[in-house]
Amino acid sequence: MLHNKLPELVCPAGSLPALRAAVDNGADTVYFGYKNDTNARNFAGLNFDHKAMVEGIHYAQTRGKQVLMAINTFPQPGREAEWQRAVDGAADLGVDAVILADIGLLDYACKRHPGLRLHLSVQGSATSYEAVNFAHREFGVKRAVLPRVLTLAQVELVIKNTPIEIEVFGFGSLCVMNEGRCWLSSYATGESPNTVGACSPAKFVKWEKSPGQMSTRLNGILIDRYGDGEAAGYPTLCKGRFEVNGETYYALEEPTSLNVLEILPEIARIGVSAIKVEGRQRSPTYVAQVTRTLRAALDELAKGATEFKVKPAWQAELGKVSEGVQATLGAYNRPWR
Amino acid sequence: MPTSLFKSFAIPRFTLPAFVSAVGNRLPQWPHALVLTAGLNAALKMKLLPEDSLTLLEGRTFLVDVQDTGGRAAFTYRDGLFRPLFTLPPTPDLAFAANLSAFLQLALRQEDPDTLFFNRELSIEGDTELGLVVKNMLDAVEWPSLPSLPVFHRKAADY
Ligand code: SF4
Repeated sequence: MLHNKLPELVCPAGSLPALRAAVDNGADTVYFGYKNDTNARNFAGLNFDHKAMVEGIHYAQTRGKQVLMAINTFPQPGREAEWQRAVDGAADLGVDAVILADIGLLDYACKRHPGLRLHLSVQGSATSYEAVNFAHREFGVKRAVLPRVLTLAQVELVIKNTPIEIEVFGFGSLCVMNEGRCWLSSYATGESPNTVGACSPAKFVKWEKSPGQMSTRLNGILIDRYGDGEAAGYPTLCKGRFEVNGETYYALEEPTSLNVLEILPEIARIGVSAIKVEGRQRSPTYVAQVTRTLRAALDELAKGATEFKVKPAWQAELGKVSEGVQATLGAYNRPWR
Repeated sequence: MPTSLFKSFAIPRFTLPAFVSAVGNRLPQWPHALVLTAGLNAALKMKLLPEDSLTLLEGRTFLVDVQDTGGRAAFTYRDGLFRPLFTLPPTPDLAFAANLSAFLQLALRQEDPDTLFFNRELSIEGDTELGLVVKNMLDAVEWPSLPSLPVFHRKAADY
């Protein structure tokens, strides 16, 4: 099968100005979520209330753009109805699709709102075509977002063996574990992305400054210590430096960002339907900068894959907003799996 | 607040020479706080700041430290208004410190706060969650015509 369609650019919105920034700078689609723990970026002051959602959806859809609502945490025991109401709300608002992770919620959504388009969230942790096809067969899921743990060859294998659309991450901070299965945050704080919608919730985080250095603590646990002028990262356990066998280093993962500019032609060639930008917790400025840059790259790609060259200005713009000192291709080009 | 006026120029990254801060340190600090709280209260009046976030600020103390000018502004939010504090709290609930250029880049939405934080150009100390509330609150503001407020005009002209 020939794939010459350009992947759709899916951008994050944690606020109305961020949504406008995404639309104005060339996103094909924006995604957002409620101000509660039904979404995996449940940070204080972030996200959309009903009024902002109505306004945001109108702004995007009247400009021919799509809006996706992420309801991508797992319903907590005894509170399932809150997640179901969130799905009902999304259907009422007229979003173009909902992004769900929980199987029970997928089941509810497809039965209750047969007309509502369903996407399988990255938190659903489907890494094989069997898992993706299961979601399609059982719940009519139309698109799956693959976790950031697969190599490009593995992504291609999934695409070749599924009738549904595949979305991958294109830029942003990395959650290195098999999304939806990481317990590090719970281990340190009792709260995790899948339960309360935040990894390393802010109330557990302390930045301590002392002459020449800054220490980061998560619920009292020392995660990292930076010298002045050394780049900092998010206070997640996976990106801390720890002492292992007498050596202190990034024992789990270095704080890096994912950046797929270099392999954009490959991503399009293997038939990826959509590229997602991480970062609903970031400001409208970040959204504008990243969206603008990826739009320019995709437009360049549209002119022909053979001539495609990554412009230094794009890399500079994305490098600047990255977490950590380097941007990588993540798992896409990893020799091991 | 990108109006066409502000869009047209980019704030470069700069650090003022140390003597500026030496002079700034000797000046009374409360005028900064007055300007800042006036601006915030103007935004309040225009209902730009979301209620649910504001309630989280009640009674908390804030310190904004402009490192290269030596300017410090302390304020609090109480009974629906931002109020300057005339003495600097020894341990504010939340303290932001950065050079003037970084604050300007933030104010004009030219740089992202997390970017400045990762690059160590913006430091945030104190209650991290409160910091997130403030950051997200300011990010969510739809600045319609804020630069047309007199107080912001004056600030823009001063710089
Ligand atoms: S600790 Fe790291 S890998 Fe685990 S959920 Fe948080 S960001 Fe993801």
